[in-house]
Amino acid sequence: MLRLEPRTETKTLIQALAPAAAVLITMVVGGLLFAALGKNPFEAIHTIFIAPLFDPYSRTELLIKASPLILIALGLSFGFRAGIWNIGAEGQYVMGGLAGSAVALAFWNVEGAWLLPLMAVAGIAGGAAWAMIPAFLKIRFNANEILVSLMLVYVATLFLSAMVSGPLRDPDGFNFPQSRLFHDSARLPILMEGTRVHVGIIVTMVAVLAAQIFLTRHLFGFNVRLLGQAPRAAAFSGVNAKRLTVICLGLSGAMAGLAGLFEVAGPIGQLQPSLPVGYGFTAIIVAFLGRLSPVGILFAGMVMALTYIGGETAQFALGIPSAAISVFQGLLLFILLAVDLLTRYRVRFVRRGEV
Amino acid sequence: MDLSVVDPVALFVGLVAAATPLLFAAIGELVVEKSGVLNLGVEGMMIVGAICGFATAVKTGSPALGFVAGAAGGCVLSLIFGVMTQYLLSNQVATGLALTLFGLGISALIGQPFTGVKSPTMARLEIPVLSEIPLLGRLFFSYDIVIYLGIALVAAVWWFLKFTRRGLVLRAVGENHDAAHSLGYSVVAIRLAAIAFGGACAGLGGAYLSLARVPQWTEGMTAGAGWIALAIVVFSAWRPWRVLLGAWLFGGVTILQLNLQASGFLSWLQSLGIPAQAQYLSMTPYLITIAVLVVISADGSKARSNAPASLGRTFTGSG
Amino acid sequence: MTEPLLDLDGVSKSYPGVKANDDVRFSVDRGEIHALLGENGAGKSTLVKMIYGLVRPDTGAMRFAGAAYEPAGPVAARASGVAMVFQHFSLFEALTVAENIELGMENPPPRGELAARIVKVSKEYGLPLEPDRLVGDLSVGIRQRVEIVRCLLQDPRLLIMDEPTSVLTPQEVEILFGTLRKLKSEGVAILYISHKLDEIRQLCDRATILRHGKVVGTCIPAEETARSMAGMMIGQELAHPVAGSFSPGEKLLSIEGLSLPALGQFGVPLSDISVSLRAGEVLGIAGVAGNGQDEFMLALSGERTCAANSIRLKDRDVSRMGPTARRRVGLQAAPEERLGHAAAPAMTLSENAFLTGRVRKGLASNGFSKPSAIEAFAKDIIKGFDVRTPGTATLAGALSGGNLQKFVVGREVLQEPVVLAVNQPTWGVDAHAASQIRRALRDLAERGAGVLVISQDLDELMEISDTFAVLANGRLSPVRPAAGMSIEAIGRMMGGDFSVAESGGEHAAP
Repeated sequence: MLRLEPRTETKTLIQALAPAAAVLITMVVGGLLFAALGKNPFEAIHTIFIAPLFDPYSRTELLIKASPLILIALGLSFGFRAGIWNIGAEGQYVMGGLAGSAVALAFWNVEGAWLLPLMAVAGIAGGAAWAMIPAFLKIRFNANEILVSLMLVYVATLFLSAMVSGPLRDPDGFNFPQSRLFHDSARLPILMEGTRVHVGIIVTMVAVLAAQIFLTRHLFGFNVRLLGQAPRAAAFSGVNAKRLTVICLGLSGAMAGLAGLFEVAGPIGQLQPSLPVGYGFTAIIVAFLGRLSPVGILFAGMVMALTYIGGETAQFALGIPSAAISVFQGLLLFILLAVDLLTRYRVRFVRRGEV
Repeated sequence: MDLSVVDPVALFVGLVAAATPLLFAAIGELVVEKSGVLNLGVEGMMIVGAICGFATAVKTGSPALGFVAGAAGGCVLSLIFGVMTQYLLSNQVATGLALTLFGLGISALIGQPFTGVKSPTMARLEIPVLSEIPLLGRLFFSYDIVIYLGIALVAAVWWFLKFTRRGLVLRAVGENHDAAHSLGYSVVAIRLAAIAFGGACAGLGGAYLSLARVPQWTEGMTAGAGWIALAIVVFSAWRPWRVLLGAWLFGGVTILQLNLQASGFLSWLQSLGIPAQAQYLSMTPYLITIAVLVVISADGSKARSNAPASLGRTFTGSG
Repeated sequence: MTEPLLDLDGVSKSYPGVKANDDVRFSVDRGEIHALLGENGAGKSTLVKMIYGLVRPDTGAMRFAGAAYEPAGPVAARASGVAMVFQHFSLFEALTVAENIELGMENPPPRGELAARIVKVSKEYGLPLEPDRLVGDLSVGIRQRVEIVRCLLQDPRLLIMDEPTSVLTPQEVEILFGTLRKLKSEGVAILYISHKLDEIRQLCDRATILRHGKVVGTCIPAEETARSMAGMMIGQELAHPVAGSFSPGEKLLSIEGLSLPALGQFGVPLSDISVSLRAGEVLGIAGVAGNGQDEFMLALSGERTCAANSIRLKDRDVSRMGPTARRRVGLQAAPEERLGHAAAPAMTLSENAFLTGRVRKGLASNGFSKPSAIEAFAKDIIKGFDVRTPGTATLAGALSGGNLQKFVVGREVLQEPVVLAVNQPTWGVDAHAASQIRRALRDLAERGAGVLVISQDLDELMEISDTFAVLANGRLSPVRPAAGMSIEAIGRMMGGDFSVAESGGEHAAP
């Protein structure tokens, strides 16, 4: 029979290969799923995973989709390492987008190079402030941050809906629940002519680099890892768990808020009630798929963006329902967690009786 | 404002119905947590229960079979969680989240052909004589059978945990899995059973939502009910009868805000110059959940003393 | 009754990397108290786990009451008449005494009847219990009674006791021995595991001695001296460091009226602790586990801060400082639990060196770590304290208990603290490593530091301490010179009677 033994050393190769293996297994299982739906599994997998890579427009769209996923997942990864479960990034993303839009709309008739930075600050502040609610309630009242942050997603979504159908509604918009279109100085500059590739993508790349340095080389990253792995050792080492909780939640909120702002000031260009499309939740998968490491998250964000872009194509080309893509993403997280076992344990064959 | 629409008796009757999905999900999760496992996938199991129940009821024409299928759907999903956390020793929080994400996706996939379809409805269980008592009859004896089942389930769980040996063993496993193991109890088997029970209950709750409460299928129709159920378990301090109280409290909030929306309360506020919008009323169940969590957790000593000591910890079975 | 009750024939058990038991043979008779003697790590625990069905032997056979005995699990073992009292109790704190006992029984009577039987049986054996109390509210000694009564209610034929006295005061030990002798007179066999030689000489009829998983001898304890049995157990005479040349220097640490509320529902509050420690002094603090040792350590390390002016290092009030600030001024600590408290098991040795060495060893600048400095410090610890490891990249959790303990103590000692507080420095450590650790602590004191050692091992404290005190129920006894303390006096102090210590005058230098 099979037996599991804990590994005594971390094998970096296995750690790096596990997510790749998970993606491959998910493709196989997903193929079976598509076959069950009566679709050609090879065609479906090709459309979702391969075709977008060979289409120039899809490649740029990939960056645009991946950017918010990566940004949010980076923020989440620090908290997840420390055992702080912010799962309300979707709400923080909405509040960041909302706060940034409010600034843009307040200056709808004023142009200036200062506007975009101001919007970014508002976006960061909006997301961080929203994340401060679970942080404060956790350290002050010991309220579970998972439940609080999640409840706040629903509140934020409803608040957005109230705003776009109320105070922030476009006065000339025939009562449609959406804001004015942002003018040019409130929009992210486009990097490549003819595409939607915007400045936010550069910010995301810088964030990946910074996160990698802080995680591996700075006391902050060390404390975060320590708190997650051995809370009592962290206390012994002098880590202030409450302060770290606030910082981690605040950081993830700020990054989600910034991602929200990039979305409204980038591809969308106005505030719409359809802003929340689930990036905040998908980013949880991205964070785990990237093994909570910044570089890993970069790749994971790309893979996940691929499923979005490929999924859209598959939807109209093959008639695969959009829900199949979320199944796919959920499946990926499951399989990843299962494959993870191999990084922590060695599987050994033993004869019966040797147990 | 027309407050006459708000009929206290109808309010109570509506509250009991609105509370039922939460009640099922929360009482199931209570048993799971009492065994020392934290399954955050309640939302996913509920919505899978909702679509399995709905689809089965539509196909067979039998709501009863729908409820069975709902329970089965939740149960199957929970066993994925069970195998992953108990055998593959995956992190319970992450696996629970995965379960919810997966459940939301798969339910949308299964549910696509069923959007906008009407389901067969259940007959109310008009208990002869009793249901005809003025007022009391409407208040207590005019519900469908599933509602009575839910309350009976609370009683059964209470009795099981307090008076039976198996209930004692389940509590022991949740309290200290190493000690239970060294006494020869199978921690993994007991937890798997609890997880499966919790899944079936969440599935039933979901099925009640799509078959009785709404009754139709829409994507993401649980809208956080599974998470609220998790909060109710904390609110209850792991005591079965307080789960009933918690579910009714949240049911009450939901019904009250719906009634206020219908009563013209908003336009009355707007006439006073307050920029009231329906969305603010819709937020109340979520805000109340947060408020309740805060109040319960702040007085932590009492809640924690009854919390299973091994909750969420991985049992490796060594030693 | 010629055939023994339990007979082990060539039993072996291996774990990856270690042979826990190797060809073990011995037998236990009816009505016999049989000692299983050996150091920590000699394989005693694995052996009794096999007898109790928790672990299955790789090879070899067991016989019980004349029949082949292969218990599939504890339930089967209990059905055959084997009962066990664990060293780390298998009790549930949030459940009542009666519920705990019911969980250990196969066919418990109805609850009302069970409660009555608990009261009756516990009285009969001199271990009275109240069935409705929550176990978490009981003292460690009473908890052990719950375990024993749980066994007795099943009329066992063989009772296994794993280090039962490590958590008892000398007075409680006497009561326990009375119970065990009564059981023996009723024909129950008792397998008594210990490494305390005096107890075994008092109580046991025969002893089997284990070393490195093998039986190295059997003897009749009453006919042996403690020294001769220790020789068999350890295998070689150890060079003991001699506590002696103690010339007190300046006062380094002074604790005045330190009080702290209990930690958690079942913790022990510290009340009004006052003590001082001078340069060159090793202060030993004895006491039964769960009398405030953990709380005291947390107060010293800074993980729990306390009222201003209750702890002073030299002339500085450190009471309100956290662990990092205390390290900076030189007050350091090494907690009891190696894995997860003193060290992070899933981190490398380098990272664990960084964990406490950051400030005093300058291993970071502006928050950015200095990999080469960290590496060098970790190597110093490994080299200076003979830590057996493939390298600095090994995970702390992969080291054996003794090696990790040497690493943890070495990490603090090499930072040249002003005052070092250690809790159970040699718990679960092999004899050789233990003597190295004790040597290092003495050396540190001789270099002019103050060392405070909390331990439950009286022999250890007598060996290394200059001065001695007892922690009982969250209170600290007056400090006495370690030399010349009698076991009787220590026993009374451990039971909370400090009058013995007071009569000896305050902190007299030897």
